[in-house]
Amino acid sequence: MNLKKISENVYEIPKKGKMLVSGRVYASEKIMKIVKQDKSLEQVKNVACLPGILKNSIALADIHQGYGFPIGGVAAFDLDKGIISPGGVGYDINCSVRLLKTNLTKKDILKNQKKIVEALYRKIPSGLGRGSKFKITRQELNKLLEGGAKYVVEKGYGVTEDYLHTEEGGFINGADASKVSERAVKRGIGQLGTLGAGNHFLEVQYVDEIFDKKIAEAFGLRKDQVVIMIHCGSRGLGHQVASDYIKKMEEKYGFKDLPDRELINAPIKSQLGKDYFSAMACAANFAFANKQIITHWVREEMKYLFQNVRIDVLYDVCHNIAKFEKHIINGKKKEVCVHRKGATRSFGPEREEIPEAYRKTGQPVLIPGTMGTASYVLVGTKKAEELTFGSTVHGAGRVMSRSGALGKFRGEKIKKELAEKGIEIKAGSWKSLAEESPKVYKDIEEVVKVVDELGISKKVARLKPLAVVKG
Amino acid sequence: MKNGKFKFLPHTADIKFQAYGKNPEEVFENSALVLKKILVEDKKIRKKIKKNIIAKGEDYESLLYNFLEEFLILFDSEGFVLSEIKNINIQEDLKLKAEVVGDRAENYQVNEHIKAITYNEMFVKKENSKWISQVVVDV
Repeated sequence: MNLKKISENVYEIPKKGKMLVSGRVYASEKIMKIVKQDKSLEQVKNVACLPGILKNSIALADIHQGYGFPIGGVAAFDLDKGIISPGGVGYDINCSVRLLKTNLTKKDILKNQKKIVEALYRKIPSGLGRGSKFKITRQELNKLLEGGAKYVVEKGYGVTEDYLHTEEGGFINGADASKVSERAVKRGIGQLGTLGAGNHFLEVQYVDEIFDKKIAEAFGLRKDQVVIMIHCGSRGLGHQVASDYIKKMEEKYGFKDLPDRELINAPIKSQLGKDYFSAMACAANFAFANKQIITHWVREEMKYLFQNVRIDVLYDVCHNIAKFEKHIINGKKKEVCVHRKGATRSFGPEREEIPEAYRKTGQPVLIPGTMGTASYVLVGTKKAEELTFGSTVHGAGRVMSRSGALGKFRGEKIKKELAEKGIEIKAGSWKSLAEESPKVYKDIEEVVKVVDELGISKKVARLKPLAVVKG
Repeated sequence: MKNGKFKFLPHTADIKFQAYGKNPEEVFENSALVLKKILVEDKKIRKKIKKNIIAKGEDYESLLYNFLEEFLILFDSEGFVLSEIKNINIQEDLKLKAEVVGDRAENYQVNEHIKAITYNEMFVKKENSKWISQVVVDV
């Protein structure tokens, strides 16, 4: 593929053939070598062919091959001429990360790691084939799908600040539960308050290093402070919403002209486009509510273990989402539809969409590491608004297949290696542990270095794990 | 795989497989058995619960997608895990009926959750005298 290096960490895929705009990849030379091994650059090109795409088809430093759109991809579309695509959001709608701050320090945890991990594992189920202890009626579920984290807080699961410190204030406007199929409801209704499997986790971490003292202070972070990270999504409900609308769009528009069947889409202004957005918003709200319930249980369990513990939500960010946002296009502010698939919003100071507490600094950006490696808190920037429709990376990005990992690593050995590093872990199975070995991901340090150098988000703090619960 | 019913192929983020059979029914059956293997490996699942599955499609690919998706819905909503396909029939108008047996997943160690069947690199075709399916599932 014709790939032009424009400057350090910036590559262009020139506009050619059916491409309506050029492709832009924000990655280092080291990462580009890995990226070229799969089809992700081809996917950046395919996205550049979709109607109404604005500026560039963008890929970030954690790019890897996805379905239709690459993971680590960002694309914005014109509201009149553009499309909305379930493939641009992904099957795990609003797979997202919430970070909780505590008033504990590392030394409070060190002697109790095993106890904490066992307690949290029991309290917060992965929910695989077993369902959840959180029971909800069909009617209440409709309200939850439209009200997200705010609805469950009002039901007694948390405090107002929890949802205010969540992207979109804890629920996306425009959700309409009547657009979610009964099949999707059936898959999700028993799964609220569950983590799921794959790369989802609950981690007790500590602040290992502060890079920007002033902003860390504004976020309420200090060295050795204990924080808790929740990484999960919309479970079966979101997966089914994606699948349902892929089918509906295929029926209505066909896929013969598409370079890849998973790029199926509908015009933003069409009925089907609007319906998908309303259903996607429900799934996103399900994910916000899911993490709110988990937050409530984490509080309960931690209070049992540490009587005087205080737990506050720092922030909660979406990784797989489509949103209507205002961005500068050709010098003019304009509302567009931004797809972020495996990407995090990274708004700088003054944006009205971010909570008041962060309006002077820019929003917190949460980047989960892989099991046993560091995670990062970064801050959003104006530069991201210029370059990437206010977006940055979402994680490290896989480099090795699950089957490859199973051939190379053993769960028991990984647990032992992590224990030697002072990390206690409990997973649903040895197999799921081996598949998520830290070695199957790109180096998070390299990914974070690139976005920091580019200025599309800046390093604030590095977090290291102490206790990990995996689905 | 030893008996040549299916095989896993390398994929960076998710799980890719091919299944084989002498006719569409057999290739569909073997594809469903791969889903079972992803969830619970080679563990023997008791035949305690019977389910009837109905699916339809525009072509073999969408029929396979819809058929396999039924197992994800049964797993998520009822905790059902497959043991064996008793009967499967695909009509010429691409309507599928199957009778399957299995058990509640809570009685077994489940390794993985399958988020979705995808159309990524999917095909169902006849090659020489053999039928082959290829599927990537999102996990």
